[in-house]
Amino acid sequence: MSILALSLSLIFVLIPIILSKTLNLGLEKDTTIATVRSIIQLLAVGYILTFVFESGNYLYIILMVVLMIGAATQNARKKGASIEGITWKLVGTFIFVEVLTQGILLGFHITPPTAQYIIPISGMVVGNSMVLAILFLNRFTSEIETRQDETELILSLGGTPKQAIHTSLITSIKASMIPTIESQKTIGLVQLPGMMSGQIIAGADPVQAVQFQLLILFLLLTTAAVTSVMLGFMSYPTLFNKKMQQLKRSEIKSD
Amino acid sequence: MTRNNKAALQFNHVSYSDQDLTIIKNITGVFPDGKITTLVGPSGAGKTTLFRLCNGLISPDSGEIAVNGKDINSYEPTELRRTVGLALQSATMLRGSVLKNLAMPLTLQGEKLPEDEAKRLLEDVSLGEEYLHRNVKDLSGGQRQKVSIARTLVNKPKILLLDEITSSLDRVSKQDIEELITNINKKYHVTIVWITHNLDQALSIGDYTWVMMNGELIESGDSSLLNNPQNDLVKRFVKGEFE
Repeated sequence: MSILALSLSLIFVLIPIILSKTLNLGLEKDTTIATVRSIIQLLAVGYILTFVFESGNYLYIILMVVLMIGAATQNARKKGASIEGITWKLVGTFIFVEVLTQGILLGFHITPPTAQYIIPISGMVVGNSMVLAILFLNRFTSEIETRQDETELILSLGGTPKQAIHTSLITSIKASMIPTIESQKTIGLVQLPGMMSGQIIAGADPVQAVQFQLLILFLLLTTAAVTSVMLGFMSYPTLFNKKMQQLKRSEIKSD
Repeated sequence: MTRNNKAALQFNHVSYSDQDLTIIKNITGVFPDGKITTLVGPSGAGKTTLFRLCNGLISPDSGEIAVNGKDINSYEPTELRRTVGLALQSATMLRGSVLKNLAMPLTLQGEKLPEDEAKRLLEDVSLGEEYLHRNVKDLSGGQRQKVSIARTLVNKPKILLLDEITSSLDRVSKQDIEELITNINKKYHVTIVWITHNLDQALSIGDYTWVMMNGELIESGDSSLLNNPQNDLVKRFVKGEFE
């Protein structure tokens, strides 16, 4: 794409700014900031990726993945502030998901062990895992609130914390996985996935682009399931103390 | 603390607070073994919190509680909660049928409740067997309270804590439940502690009474104390001056 063509794409930024000004939506400033940020961030990533790809050094690949996990953790942890040690639980989950998926991909020689494959796929895996973590934590914290009486009832009748929280946990895991499963049901019918579209625009064979997209879709199914289940089973014990009592709000140690 | 062998539950300087609010203030007293004790007092006196302490859902900030002569902390939490049964006024139900709710205490232990046993439990709380497969969302407040009592009995507790369980019941149902609880107490020697707002009920069914106000135990003794209170606050409470 030429610089002129890229500059002309700013028309798509001007339209919402004009609409916002005309309708007094007050979104001009945010739209401008978002545009400038996306230009700077993506250009920076572009140059960094070029450097990493050319260097071929695995240390840079690891560093990139660490940065992704750090940013994803920072973003998701706010949703789980009421869960003790949520930062490390998120870090542990993201690392496990990343190691598991890359382990399968590289171990079975599904993708080559090069930065061109590892970094974009890691980005999709960690990014998807972050969204799943946010969806799960959002639902789980609200389930805990709404089912507090039910949890206390089960404890009062001699149930364990795991039994008491079971319904909240399973409901939250299911609810967080539904968007991933549902979007896969309509994929190709309603929307063409971004990565596949990008490959086709770049001139790749559509069938090959589809094959690669399928790989990513299946990968994201595992990511979704492992993220929710792992985060859920690591989170619920911290809501109770050794006497199998629900922690009071004042007893919860936030990160 | 010196253990009282005749006490099912013994409190020694027990205090409890939540978010800087002191709910139970330095309570010392006993619920006598094998008796029916009624717990009376205005709203906000800390009665339900005291029950939650006894069932181990919460722990005191200071002081000691003994259950059947043993320190409450020496019990496994699940064992304590089966020994000290709790039926709350809210009568929380799990989504699903009456049978599912009745069976829950055994389901939690990996066991099943035979249908005949479930029917007998319903009969004990004056509900017909036709209620067994009914969805709990179709029950009235009173019927929920009955199912809640029956469910608590499944664990065969040694001590039974009942929190205003007859407040939503009609007169006939109230009498049925009073009769059932008195029978359980006499027949199985189960210690009963019963929170009630009804002083006539406290006098007619209770052997022993605690009067609590503002987190403190104001007076305790034989239920007849309600006819002849010594404490001025209790006198005013009996006259109905507090809500």
